[in-house]
Amino acid sequence: MDNFLQQLINGLTLGSIYGLIAIGYTMVYGIIGMVNFAHGDLFMLSAFIALILFMILTQILHLGSLPIAFFVVLVGAMALTGLWNWTIERLAYRPLRGSFRLAPLISAIGMSIFLSNFVQVVQGPRNKPAPQLPNHVFNLTDGLGGAKGAYSVTLSVRQILIMVVTTVLLAAFWYLVQHTSLGRAQRACEQDRKMAALLGIDVDATISITFIIGAALAAVAGVMFVMYYGVVNFADGFVPGVKAFTAAVLGGIGSLPGAVLGGLLIGLIEVFWSSYFTTDYKDVAAFMILAITLIFMPSGILGRPEVEKV
Amino acid sequence: MTGATADAAPLLQLRGVETFYGKIQALKGIDIDVNSGEIVTLIGANGAGKSTTMMTIFGAPRARRGRVVFDGKDITALPTHLIARLSIAQSPEGRRIFPRMTVFENLQMGASINNFAHFDEDLERVFTLFPRLKERAPQRGGTLSGGEQQMLAIARALMSRPRLLMLDEPSLGLAPLVVKQIFEVIADLNKREGLTVFLVEQNAFHALKLAHRGYVMVNGLVTMQGTGAELLARPEVRAAYLEGGH
Repeated sequence: MDNFLQQLINGLTLGSIYGLIAIGYTMVYGIIGMVNFAHGDLFMLSAFIALILFMILTQILHLGSLPIAFFVVLVGAMALTGLWNWTIERLAYRPLRGSFRLAPLISAIGMSIFLSNFVQVVQGPRNKPAPQLPNHVFNLTDGLGGAKGAYSVTLSVRQILIMVVTTVLLAAFWYLVQHTSLGRAQRACEQDRKMAALLGIDVDATISITFIIGAALAAVAGVMFVMYYGVVNFADGFVPGVKAFTAAVLGGIGSLPGAVLGGLLIGLIEVFWSSYFTTDYKDVAAFMILAITLIFMPSGILGRPEVEKV
Repeated sequence: MTGATADAAPLLQLRGVETFYGKIQALKGIDIDVNSGEIVTLIGANGAGKSTTMMTIFGAPRARRGRVVFDGKDITALPTHLIARLSIAQSPEGRRIFPRMTVFENLQMGASINNFAHFDEDLERVFTLFPRLKERAPQRGGTLSGGEQQMLAIARALMSRPRLLMLDEPSLGLAPLVVKQIFEVIADLNKREGLTVFLVEQNAFHALKLAHRGYVMVNGLVTMQGTGAELLARPEVRAAYLEGGH
C-alpha cells in the first residue's frame, strides 16, 4: 500500500509532464490536422532555455531569491519557446499549407532533426546538469507508526510544485479555450476553417497563436523536467515527445481533456510497471496499452469518431 | 422598391469575373450589380456556378480575372477575413454551422467582427426573428434540425449587422412552411431596415417573387437579367426553372 501511494505520486508527476506536452500535439492536430513531430524537440529546447536563463539570473545577475528566479525562468522559457515555435510555423509549415498532405509532416520531421542537432552543436553532446536546488522532502508516513522498515512514502517540494503549476496552468488554459473570444476563434478554426474566415477570423493568426500556446505549455513541461531529473541533453526530446504523442492518441487526438488524461495514464502505467514488474519493459507496457486501447476504441478514450481528417 | 437611386454606384459590383478550379473554368466572365437596399437573386441549375459566385466575392476561391468592387473599394485581392470585416455576411452553401459549439457560441462567432458592440441588442433581435433559436441556445449546433440550422446560419450572419447579406440556397432541403417563414423574414428585414440581400436559389419561383431584380445563370455565364416580375414572365425561365410545379 505504501509502495502504491508512492508510485501514484511519482506517476502523477511524470504524467503531468507528458500531459503538458501532449496538449501541443493535440491542439496543432485539431486545428490543421498535422502531427508536429518537432514538438518533442521543442520541449528539449525549452529545458536548455530554462537552464541558460537560470544561469544568467543566478550567476551573472546574482539574483538571490529562488522563487523569483523560478518564476522568471518559467515565464521566460514559455515566451522564448513560443517564439521559436511561431518562427518554425511561419518558415517551415505555413508555406506548405494547401500543398499535399505529407509535405508539412516531412517538414516537421526535418525541423525535429534540425532542433536536436542545433542544440547538440551549440550546447555540446553531453548531459547538462542542472544546479542542485534545495528540495525539501516530506515523509508522509511519519507519525503513522512508520512504514515497518520497508518503505516510507515521500512527497517532495518539486513534485508538489510540478503538480500545482500544471493544475493552475491547465485551468487557465481551459478557461482561455472555453470562455474567451480567442479560444472561440480557435475552436471555430478547428471545426471549419473556411467558415471562420467568412466570419472575419484571421485563420493564419489563429494558427500562429495555437503554435505559441502549445510551445509555451511544452516549455512548462521542459522547466519541470530539468528541475525534476536535474539533467538534460540534446536527445532528450525524442522519447518524451513520442510518449506525449502516444498520450494524445490514447486520450483521443484533438481532445484537450483527452491529452491530459492520456498523459497522466501513460505516466502512471510507466511508473507502476517499473515498480511492480521491471523497468526494462516500461515503454513496451505503455505502447502495448496504447495498442490495446486503439483496437477497442479507435478514436481514443475521449476522442470523437473522426472521418474527414486523417 | 426602396431607395436605390439610379445615379448611386452599386454596393456590390462584379465585372468580368472569371474563376477556375484548377483548369476547370467555373465562372466565364460575369457581371452582376447589387444596389443598396435591393434584394437581388441569382438563379440557375445545379452546377451553374451560383455558389462559386458567392464564394468568389469572398475571395475563396479568388477570381483569376475581372474585378469585385464593394462600396467603391476593389476587394478582388483582399484576404477572405478582411472582406468579411467590411460587413459582408454570408450564410453559405451547406449552412456550415459549427457543430461542436452551442447555438449561443455560433451567434457569438457571427458578432466577432464588430467586437461584440451591441451584442445583447442584436441577440434579442435574432431571437425575435427566430424564436426557436432562443429555446435551443445552450444546445450544440450539430444537434439542430436542418431548418433550425438554416435559421442559425442566417441569424449568425445577421449578428454582424451586415451591409450586404448573402444567402446561398436558404430553402434547400427544408419543409415548405419553414421556407415560407425564412423568406418572410428576409422580405421583412429588407422592408423595415433596408437590408441589402444577395440571394442564390434553385427555388426560382419563390426567389423571383421576393427579389427586386434577378440574374439567370447557365454554365458559368449570366444569360438573362431583369426585374423579378419580368423574369418570372419570360417563357425560357418558366420552361427551364418553373414548369412542373414549384
